[in-house]
Amino acid sequence: MAHHFAILAEGLEKRFGQTQALRGLDLAAEEGTVLGVLGPNGAGKTTAVRILTTLLQPDAGHAEVAGLDVVRHPNQLRALIGLTGQYAAVDEYLTGRENLEMFGRLYHLPKKWARQRADELIERFDLVDAANRTLKTYSGGMRRRLDLAASLIVSPPVLFLDEPTTGLDPRSRIGMWDIIAGLVSDGTTVLLTTQYLEEADQLANQIVVVDGGRVIAKGTADELKTQIGGERLDVTLARGSDINAALRTLGAYSDGEPRVEVERRFISLPIANGARQLPAVVRDLDAAGVRLDDLNLRRPTLDDVFLTLTGHVAEASAGDEMNNAARSERSKEKEEVTA
Amino acid sequence: MSVATNLPAALPRTGATPPRRSRLYWTLSDAWILAKRNLLRIPRIPEELVFSTIQPIMFVVLFRYVFGGAIAIKGTSYVNFLMAGIFVQTVAFGSVSTGIGLAADLQKGIVDRFRSLPMSRSAVLTGRTIADLVRNAFVVLVMLVVGLIVGFRPEGSALGWIAGIGLLLLFGFALSWVGAPIGLLVRNVEAAQSAGFIWLFPLTFASSAFVPTASMPGVLQWFAEHQPVTLVINAVRSFILGQPVGATGWQALAWCVGILLVFIPFSVWAYERRTAR
Ligand SMILES: Nc1ncnc2c1ncn2[C@@H]1O[C@H](COP(=O)(O)OP(=O)(O)OP(=O)(O)O)[C@@H](O)[C@H]1O
Ligand SMILES: [Mg+2]
Repeated sequence: MAHHFAILAEGLEKRFGQTQALRGLDLAAEEGTVLGVLGPNGAGKTTAVRILTTLLQPDAGHAEVAGLDVVRHPNQLRALIGLTGQYAAVDEYLTGRENLEMFGRLYHLPKKWARQRADELIERFDLVDAANRTLKTYSGGMRRRLDLAASLIVSPPVLFLDEPTTGLDPRSRIGMWDIIAGLVSDGTTVLLTTQYLEEADQLANQIVVVDGGRVIAKGTADELKTQIGGERLDVTLARGSDINAALRTLGAYSDGEPRVEVERRFISLPIANGARQLPAVVRDLDAAGVRLDDLNLRRPTLDDVFLTLTGHVAEASAGDEMNNAARSERSKEKEEVTA
Repeated sequence: MSVATNLPAALPRTGATPPRRSRLYWTLSDAWILAKRNLLRIPRIPEELVFSTIQPIMFVVLFRYVFGGAIAIKGTSYVNFLMAGIFVQTVAFGSVSTGIGLAADLQKGIVDRFRSLPMSRSAVLTGRTIADLVRNAFVVLVMLVVGLIVGFRPEGSALGWIAGIGLLLLFGFALSWVGAPIGLLVRNVEAAQSAGFIWLFPLTFASSAFVPTASMPGVLQWFAEHQPVTLVINAVRSFILGQPVGATGWQALAWCVGILLVFIPFSVWAYERRTAR
C-alpha cells in the first residue's frame, strides 16, 4: 500500500433529491490519528460518514478506508471498521450484555469469544452494574457508552464516531473523551464528527471544517484558532450611543476585525493574551466613559469559526435540544471567565 | 499498513484464530442471531403479543357465540368449521408485525448499524421473518387451546394435523414476506401498521374463514372461492377435521411457494432501495 492514510476521501459528491449534501468533499486521516470533522447541522458530516462506512454510495469521488476502496470492497472493509452513529443504534429491549454478545456474533466471533469480549467491554466501560438491565433503563450517557463499546468489539483499526457526545452532560462528555483518547493511544484511527470546537480541540490531530458539503478550512486546532483569533472578548454596552467610543478603545486590543451587532449593543473581538490584557481594557473603557452591561472573555466557539470563515452564523435547527443543551453548557463556561 | 489481515487486533488473547466457516454457515448463523434478538424482545414488550392474541380470541368468542347459532355447517359443528379460519387469519395478521418490526428498526437506525457489520446482508429480513414464524406458531398454539375451551373437537389424524399446521405456518411465513416490503417502503411505524392491515381485511373476510362461501353473492363468491386465503383455509380445515383434502392442498401449497418466489426478491429489492438512501 503506497500511502499511510487510514482514511482518504477525494471529491466526494452526494445528492438527495434537491439537496446537494456533499460537493466535492476531501478528507484525509493518517494512521493512528484523530480527524475531527466540524460542521453545523446539515453540513454533510453524517453523509460523509455513511459513505466511508459503506452504507451509502457516493455519486462521484473516491474513498479508501484502511486501504480498501469503500465502493469496491465493502465486505472486507466492514470487518475493519467500527461505527457509532449519530443516534444510539443499539437494541432498547435487550440488556447491555445481550447487545454486545449479539454484535460480537454478528462480527462472526465464536460464541465463547463474543461472551468474553462482552464482559471485557462491560468492565472497561464501567457498565458492570447495568450489564443485565435492558437499555430502556440506561441514561443517555450509559447508552452512548454501550453504543461505543459495540463498535469496539473487534478493536477495529478505523473507528467512525458521528457526534459521539451530542446530548451528553459535561461529565459524561469528558468520560467519553478519555475513552476516545485511550483508543487512539492504542493505535486506532478515529474520524470524529462534532459541532463543538472544544471537542475537536481536545481530541483531534487534524480538523476539517465542513459547511454546505465541502471543506472550508482545515488544520490543527491551533492553526484554526489562530486563523480566527485566539480568544474572544464579548462586550455588551449599557448605551447604544457608546458604540463608537467603545470601538475606538477596543481597537487597540483587537487582534483582528471586531464584529459589531448594533441593535444588541454588542461587540465581539479576537484578543491575544486576553486574561493579561483584561484589566487594562476595563480601565480604558471606564476612562472613555463607556458603561458596560456585560463583559466576557472566552475561547472561540464554532459560531466564531463560522462567522469568521463563512460570514454566516452556523444554523442550529430550531428546537434542537441537544444544541441548546450545549449552548447553555457553553454559557456556563462563559460565566466562569466573566470579569 | 497493518490491514493485511482481517482478523481483529484485540480479540481475547487466546492465541487461537476463529474457525473458518462457509458463507452459507454465516448466512444462517446471522439470520438466527437476529431472529433470536427479535424473539428476545417479545417477552420484554408483552403488551404487543398480548394484544395481538386478544384480537383473535375475541373473534373466536364472537363468532362462536354470536353468529355460531345462525350459521349451519354441513357435516360438522360451527366451532370446528371456524377454527381453521381463525388460525389462518391469525397468521395472516401476524405478517403486519413483520412490516412494523422492519419499519421500527429502520426508524431507529439499527439497520444502519447492522449494515456496517461484516454480516450477511439478508439477515435483517430473514431474521425478522423467522422470528415471526416462531411467534405465529406460539399464537396458533394459544388459539388452539382457546378453541378447545369453547368446544373445538377436531377429528383429524396426527398426519393430518402435521400437514395442516405445516401449511398454516408456511402460509404465515409467505405472508411475512408480503408484510416486509410494506414496512420497508412506508415512512414510519404507524404507516406500516395501517398499510399492513388494509389489504388483509378483504382477503380474510371475503373468504371461507367465518361462513361458507356458498352463502355469498355472485362476484364476491367467485373471488372468495379463488383467492389464496380461502384455499389455504379449506385445505387446513380438511386436514385438521380429517376430511378429504383433494386438489385444494396442492393449490394452497402452490400459492405459498408462488408468494415466496415473488415476494422474497421483491423484499430484497425494497430493502436495498430503502437502505441505499
Ligand atoms: N437520506 C436523506 N434523504 C434526503 N436528504 C438527506 C438525507 N440524508 C441527508 N440529507 C440532507 O443532506 C444534507 C446533509 O445532511 P447530513 O445528515 O450529512 O448533515 P450533518 O452534517 O450530519 O448534520 P447534523 O449535524 O444535523 O447531523 C442535509 O441537508 C440533509 O437534509
Ligand atoms: Mg449528522
